[in-house]
Amino acid sequence: MTNVTQKRPLSPHLQIYKFTPTFLMSGFHRVTGFGLYFGALLIVWWLMAAASGEAYFAWVSGIFGSWFGLFVLFCFSWALVHHLLGGIKHLAWDIGYGFEKERSTRIAQLQIVSSVVLTIAVWIIGYLWA
Amino acid sequence: MADMRTPLAKVRGLGSAKDGTMHFWHSRVTSVAAIPLTLFFLVLVISLNGATYQEVRATFANPLVSVLTLATLLIIVWHMKLGMQVIIEDYIFAERMKWTLLMLNSFFTGVLALVSIFALLKMAFGA
Ligand code: HEM
Repeated sequence: MTNVTQKRPLSPHLQIYKFTPTFLMSGFHRVTGFGLYFGALLIVWWLMAAASGEAYFAWVSGIFGSWFGLFVLFCFSWALVHHLLGGIKHLAWDIGYGFEKERSTRIAQLQIVSSVVLTIAVWIIGYLWA
Repeated sequence: MADMRTPLAKVRGLGSAKDGTMHFWHSRVTSVAAIPLTLFFLVLVISLNGATYQEVRATFANPLVSVLTLATLLIIVWHMKLGMQVIIEDYIFAERMKWTLLMLNSFFTGVLALVSIFALLKMAFGA
């Protein structure tokens, strides 16, 4: 019998690949998904605070409104926008669009730039509104 | 090509769990649903920036807002449970650690879903 456990092919890992925009965006999708997983706690905490009563809500709002709270929320919102754009890209890939070499690189570059621009736009709109 | 199954795998006689396609499909369904719901939620949060407590409660007392927010959270919680499962399976190979983390993933997302439902229903039914 062949020794299957020793001769198994290993799938290549991170350090094998050449650094490209598509590679970076692939990693970003996973990292933002991972971050959002824990960030979801913020949304649920905020909803629970609103449901709990005025005093507790004010206390939680104070934390969210501090410079550190705003920093965390900004990072969360960027991760959400970036992951949303990446998610749309993934869905396009699933139905066969956007795989061409130059095109996929363009999309990756566009994604990182537009995620930052859109996130800043969201915050500007948020403050213009208030 | 050489047979890549281990002798142990052959003795156990187990193949894949046969639910991979369903996992993939649920991941896509939740992703598609998450697009409009996330946009809705962003607009909601923007519109509530600077709102008083009474305004926030009045917003969540609106049935449409309440139902859409509930849908957003339930879809996202489902989506993130599926996503985290893949991450755990990709990187954690020690069996006990893997099962522990998979269980924690279920508990964490389950608690988030329950708390979201409770908070939103409480505000919707005005207590
Ligand atoms: C707070 C919201 C969200 C959370 C917590 C979240 C979480 C996650 C996690 C943990 C993963 C696994 C990452 C990986 O396997 O590399 C993932 C994957 C994915 N997410 Fe999200 N996500 C969120 C919102 C969205 C939205 C709005 C979309 C919209 C399209 C989306 C689309 C996707 C897709 C398509 C994948 C699978 C990518 C793949 O095949 O590798 N997600 N998400």
